Amino acid sequence: MGLKETLHQTKLKYQGKKMAPAFNALHTFLYSPNETTHSGGHVRAVDDLKRTMNTVILALVPCLLFGMFNAGYQHYSAINGFPENFSVMEHFITWDNFWLGAITILPLVIVSYGVGLAIEFVFAVIKGHEVEEGYLVTGMLVPLIVPVDTPLWMLAIAVAFGVVIGKEVFGGTGMNILNPALTIRAFLFFAYPTWMSGDKVWVHGAVDRAGTADAISGETILGYLAQGNSDFSYSLSDMFFGFIPGSVGETSTFLILLGGLFLIFSKIASWRIMLSAVLGSLAMGLIFNGVVQAGWIPEYSKFYGLMSFEFWQHLLVGGLAFGIVYMATDPVTGSQTNKGKWIYGFLIGFMSVMIRVFNPGYPEGVFLAILLLNVFAPTIDHYVVRGNVKRRMKRLKNATILPKVSGEVEELKTETV
Amino acid sequence: MSRDIRIKKGLNINLVGAAEKTLSKAVSSNVYALNLDDFHGITPKMLVKQGAEIKAGEPLFYNKSNENMLFVSPVSGELVEIVRGARRRILTLKILADKNQEYTENQILDLNAVDGGAVRDFLLKSGAWPFIKQRPYDIIANPESNPKAIFISAYATAPLAADADFALQGKEVELQAAITALGKLTPGKIHISVGKSSNSPFANIEGITLHKVSGPHPSGLVGTQINKIDPVNKGEVVWTLSPQDLVIIGELLLTGKFNAERTIALAGSVVKSPKYYTTKIGAEISTFLYASGVNHEKFRLINGDVLTGNKTHPEGYLGFYNNTVTAIPEGDDYEFFGWNKPVFNKISSTRALTFSWMQPNKKYDLDTNTNGEHRAFVVTGRYEEVFPLDIYPLQLLKACMVKDLDEMELLGLYEVAPEDFSLTEFICTSKQPHQQIIREGLDLLHQEIG
Repeated sequence: MGLKETLHQTKLKYQGKKMAPAFNALHTFLYSPNETTHSGGHVRAVDDLKRTMNTVILALVPCLLFGMFNAGYQHYSAINGFPENFSVMEHFITWDNFWLGAITILPLVIVSYGVGLAIEFVFAVIKGHEVEEGYLVTGMLVPLIVPVDTPLWMLAIAVAFGVVIGKEVFGGTGMNILNPALTIRAFLFFAYPTWMSGDKVWVHGAVDRAGTADAISGETILGYLAQGNSDFSYSLSDMFFGFIPGSVGETSTFLILLGGLFLIFSKIASWRIMLSAVLGSLAMGLIFNGVVQAGWIPEYSKFYGLMSFEFWQHLLVGGLAFGIVYMATDPVTGSQTNKGKWIYGFLIGFMSVMIRVFNPGYPEGVFLAILLLNVFAPTIDHYVVRGNVKRRMKRLKNATILPKVSGEVEELKTETV
Repeated sequence: MSRDIRIKKGLNINLVGAAEKTLSKAVSSNVYALNLDDFHGITPKMLVKQGAEIKAGEPLFYNKSNENMLFVSPVSGELVEIVRGARRRILTLKILADKNQEYTENQILDLNAVDGGAVRDFLLKSGAWPFIKQRPYDIIANPESNPKAIFISAYATAPLAADADFALQGKEVELQAAITALGKLTPGKIHISVGKSSNSPFANIEGITLHKVSGPHPSGLVGTQINKIDPVNKGEVVWTLSPQDLVIIGELLLTGKFNAERTIALAGSVVKSPKYYTTKIGAEISTFLYASGVNHEKFRLINGDVLTGNKTHPEGYLGFYNNTVTAIPEGDDYEFFGWNKPVFNKISSTRALTFSWMQPNKKYDLDTNTNGEHRAFVVTGRYEEVFPLDIYPLQLLKACMVKDLDEMELLGLYEVAPEDFSLTEFICTSKQPHQQIIREGLDLLHQEIG
């Protein structure tokens, strides 16, 4: 009896039992189910939620791998100094860098998936529904948007909070209002702010070595700018390709761009949201640049550094690109109408850059901007849909409602419109 | 005069096993049957008892809420069985056919002289009324209603559906008679849609507005055409008919006989030689299925096309409204890592390691596997790509699911039928039963408001 048959018999045996959802989750992971259509159409397209989520994960893998190399690179560079005549093959893609990155980042991935999926399984068993795939992407996003040295217990608590409060209380995948990955990020940020910003958290080992003779540090470009500085040592190509400190997976704009193009090409993520968010951030950046050029704020202002930052370079630093491509495009929490997506995306870009510049404590606005717009997405959709309703109501004015054959005037049982 | 309708949004589902355009006569069936599920929302009241001898065209039962609306037997013979289900609900009426068919003689109308009332009474009495459906609600038309227009789609874009041009060949006289009569039932127009490059018998029919339609499925669905030509508003009624039923109505008007003969397409990858047959409403499907042969042990037999038809079996009977019978393989098998490996042999609306976009004209052999499990709605923006109506499909589905009557009305439920959501259902990532959701929504709205 082959594996397929054994699993089939086991599935039949435990059908309707309490643990069935847990078994089915593993079973459907191995084999797509033998379910056939029983209502409506008799054939179905091949796409399902697993494939959709899998595609997003595929688009995230390059960022994860790059994050591992970068963790090692930033660590060794902080200790030994940044190499002169930097060469990617010689200084970046090295076994040492990868090994250090792997042993620091893989535990984050394992904890994120382990805790999150365990909660999903428990809820599925309690509520008696199948384990839904939403967490597959969330679980991958979480390790990519936290600082490399985030303690694992902290991550575990945040994941538990995010999955339960951010998603399960609303009814699970598809029902949540806020993006779960960002809820987890927000929880970490507000509960453990010292671990989420400053110049000690972005480089592996910096926290442990603080105060010792071997102390190292590394600061994100945004953090540096937010302190009123306006010149930094990273070149444009460093920023674009991602050889800079930052959260694990957010640094390489180049790979994020490739991932975004892949998601657009595969029609999994909305190009409308991505494009409009880019436009929104450029617009806000231009406004700030304009303010600086017009001489409306003095150079000693604490906003001067970030305001004078070239408008398009906002897309290269921090988590803006990552947020736009992988987080803003979450279909559950984003706008659901095509018109709404333009507005939603534009406002995310616009607000992100605004929060970046004006938030003195923490110079990254993307996650706050997306969470804010998550809350407003249903409102945006409401007004877009009302536009359609309005058209229908306008048409109704010219309706040709004919009397019944018998001549009696029809009284509606209930008047709704 | 003809007008053009161009549909851009949609998806053609090209399947293996299209019916070859040759016509055979199916052997006559021993038993014919009417499946009462075909008449949605009708509560039947029997007029004859089990064992009664009846003629073709003789009433079997009437509609409880309108006793003038008669439903007649497609053949002459003996009513051998009334199959009942739970709470004695009538499911199927089976008639053992006579060797020599006898017909009830209806009085022939002089179509140039009669008025709408006479046509109405004639259609109700002769059993042809149930061919007329209405929107809103997608039910058999209320004879009391006064439609603002009548819509007929003679352009089949559904997968493997019978080609209307072929099935209607040489029936111009009957079509003209039916159109002339129907024209008296509405103060509005009769809109008929044909394919852009079709050779339709409707080209020379008088008293109609002809529309030439092009574009992918669902451009051939009457709901799409209504939405583009003259959408239904609250309080308005339009009627829809299938062109093949016009032939039966036409013959009835010209000869006084209810001749249930119809040209149907037998199609699908399971059928060895898919082609067209002439048979009668209610005929046993085995009378023509095995003449063409099947090459699969486990298959799904469908009364209708693969997107909107009803499940049946070889001993089942041709539905009242169907002119296509499709047989496709059952897909009750597991597939190892079916959710993440590249897929070349199935249709997808994305490019997520699926490659149907590379060969838009390739023909696929789809089975009945759902290719995934039922989930909550997650993905957005995908339905709109295959849904050409000026309606927000996801929002309307959700309104139906939460039974919000106001929203259902405002978002355009009056304009749609379940079949309009067959394509969104096909591509649905969450495998939601769209057609069932819409059907339940329509029934609720009908019950509460209509």
